[in-house]
Amino acid sequence: MEKKDTSRRDFLITGLLASVAVGCSDKNPFVADDQQVTLSGEKVKLLSADGEIIEIDKALLKPVPDLPQVSNSEARKGIAGKKFVMVIDLSRCKNLKKCQQACNHAHFVEDAQNWIKIHPMQDAEHSAPYWQPTTCMHCDEPPCVKVCPVDATFKRQDGIVLIDSDRCVGCRFCMAACPYSTRVFNWEKPELPIEIEKKHYSCETSIPQKKGTVGKCDFCPDMARKGELPHCVSACPNGVFFFGDMYEDSVTNGPETFRFSDLIRDKAGYRLMEDLGTKPSVYYLPPVNRNFKFEDGLKIEEEAKSKS
Amino acid sequence: MEKQNILSADKVIHDLLPQKFGLRGKIWTATLIIICLIGAYAYFLQLRDGLVVTNMGDYVSWGIYISNFVFFVAISLVGSLITAIFRLTDVHWRTPLTRISEMIAVSAITFASLIIIVDMGRPERLVNLFAHGRLQSPIMWDVVVIGTYFCISLFLLYITLLPDIRIMIKAKEMVGKPFSKLYRWLGSYWKGTEAQEKIRNRAITILCIIIIPVAFCIHTVTSWLFATTYRPGWDSTNFGAYFVSGAFLVGAGGVVVAMYVFRRVYKLEQYITERHFEKMGRILVMLALLYLYFNVNEYLVPAFKMKKPEETHLSELFTGEFATLFWFAILIGMIIPIIIMVFKKGRRPLPMFIAGVMVVIGAWFKRYLIVTPTLLHPFLPKHDAPERYSHYFPSWQEWAIAMGSLAGALLIITLLARMFPVISIYKTLTDETPQK
Repeated sequence: MEKKDTSRRDFLITGLLASVAVGCSDKNPFVADDQQVTLSGEKVKLLSADGEIIEIDKALLKPVPDLPQVSNSEARKGIAGKKFVMVIDLSRCKNLKKCQQACNHAHFVEDAQNWIKIHPMQDAEHSAPYWQPTTCMHCDEPPCVKVCPVDATFKRQDGIVLIDSDRCVGCRFCMAACPYSTRVFNWEKPELPIEIEKKHYSCETSIPQKKGTVGKCDFCPDMARKGELPHCVSACPNGVFFFGDMYEDSVTNGPETFRFSDLIRDKAGYRLMEDLGTKPSVYYLPPVNRNFKFEDGLKIEEEAKSKS
Repeated sequence: MEKQNILSADKVIHDLLPQKFGLRGKIWTATLIIICLIGAYAYFLQLRDGLVVTNMGDYVSWGIYISNFVFFVAISLVGSLITAIFRLTDVHWRTPLTRISEMIAVSAITFASLIIIVDMGRPERLVNLFAHGRLQSPIMWDVVVIGTYFCISLFLLYITLLPDIRIMIKAKEMVGKPFSKLYRWLGSYWKGTEAQEKIRNRAITILCIIIIPVAFCIHTVTSWLFATTYRPGWDSTNFGAYFVSGAFLVGAGGVVVAMYVFRRVYKLEQYITERHFEKMGRILVMLALLYLYFNVNEYLVPAFKMKKPEETHLSELFTGEFATLFWFAILIGMIIPIIIMVFKKGRRPLPMFIAGVMVVIGAWFKRYLIVTPTLLHPFLPKHDAPERYSHYFPSWQEWAIAMGSLAGALLIITLLARMFPVISIYKTLTDETPQK
């Protein structure tokens, strides 16, 4: 193989010889690595596949490789027969910020970037203030997708708007176009654990975030594929977020499940900035008969500020 | 051009051939190169560390790179105004101004293209624009029209240069060695035969006709980068016309400044006469009034209604954080130049030069005011974001890169003027004959 003028036949022969050489080495390739591990003596209890509790040496544990991620073209198509929708019940929110923390943790987003923001809102001088969490609205007429010059941000058949960070050129036109200010930019190299940084980027998990590209809430389609709820939904102890499928006409926050159309009709659900024609996939239930006082959230706000 | 009629052809050639840099020229060029190098170093830092070296944030996500880009696109429009519009409307006195305006156009559009790459988070992925480009994005429209405009401007500069290159090849002893190879490479095939001349004239006419719609396109599309969004201050149907009129103003202002400088440095008083300043003064007043008119439309109509999202934006401009800069830009960029140039005495070279500088500086800040304040007033109030995102003032790296790009554009003009005659020799010679 070293010689430049080696013919194809020579190449094949050398290759065969090389593989024979490996086969004859004293290391048996058919024995998995973990059988050569020196035992640590420390035992861990595990639940086996048939329901028995077994004890295993700690040294034998090894990280399970991730389930294979869907391919980029699959991630661009989305999940067939679904139309994801979110309902945010403003009467239940007290600005606990658990959704934000869970989201940042799951996506390895720094605190300064916050894909979920909880806005203190007051619509008019004499109207009552309330807390309004905002995610990406996953608009059906997404202004960000319209302006993207390279198809790095795209709309899928299941209604989710995602970002391909391997393609984004960082022009930030989508950030200017989004009226909900939902998008954040990786101004510097994101600080990520090494194993996350080494991963291949997936549009569905939105990790790892990359320097010089745009990030935002992705509605956690990887969780949806596993049949689980987005991180913000399961993290909220007050059940503010409902997630579901428009075609099934149901939304759930985990403990409670509602018929989507009933919920929106009975509680007068609405969407943000309807007049812009963006057609968001996130609906809000008005802050009536509230579970908490607005002021409760202010304390949390101050605590969060003093921490940072 | 009474005076020129007396000038002999030899004198014209002698006067207009490119001259070696004097001491002033050397200092000027060296200064520009140093500013460019500082900008290049700042850009190196930005490439290494990311756009974090700028003071942009998730709210002000476009800063002076973008306003500088708009400025460059604006000033480049002048090539089409002086060369094409004046040619098609048969304005005879344009001759000594066309080359200058074409040089400005080429250098400005070059740096517009460069500065937009500087703004990108991933400049190495520029190729994605061609590999994955989507025509529905106004950025793609900009790529297409700016590319086209760049080519047309370059062609126009080149084709109008051909007879001058022939003159320079002939007058080898007077021009000196340094660029003789370049001249031969560029134009040794040009013999000035009747057939060649016919093709050249046709080509110029065609280019002059197509450059006008393309010029309107580059700045209209650039304005649409803003107007196609929902944001108060950008969401305006007036934007295309507003930008184009502003572009003609700043371009004409730039030409006046260049006219004055070249006239002084190259002693071209017999070619760029007071009459040219007088004429350009009238045009500048007209363009400034036109731009003022669009400004009134742009600010007064929304201010009459004071819709809630517009209200915050407008009050920040009129009386708030940006008030000083806003009124400065309006006064310096339009009102004071109009007052200076509306009087006959104001249309003499020196006051015109001052007015031209004012117009250009005002226009630069005006672009900044169009881009930044809007981004500080999003629909949903800023929240759960770092405090530093609430304000924007460019970092030293941003200033260095922006100033480096301005210096770079001036450097290109300087070098073009060093290599080629700033006034078309051929045109000056041929223009005289019919008048005799």
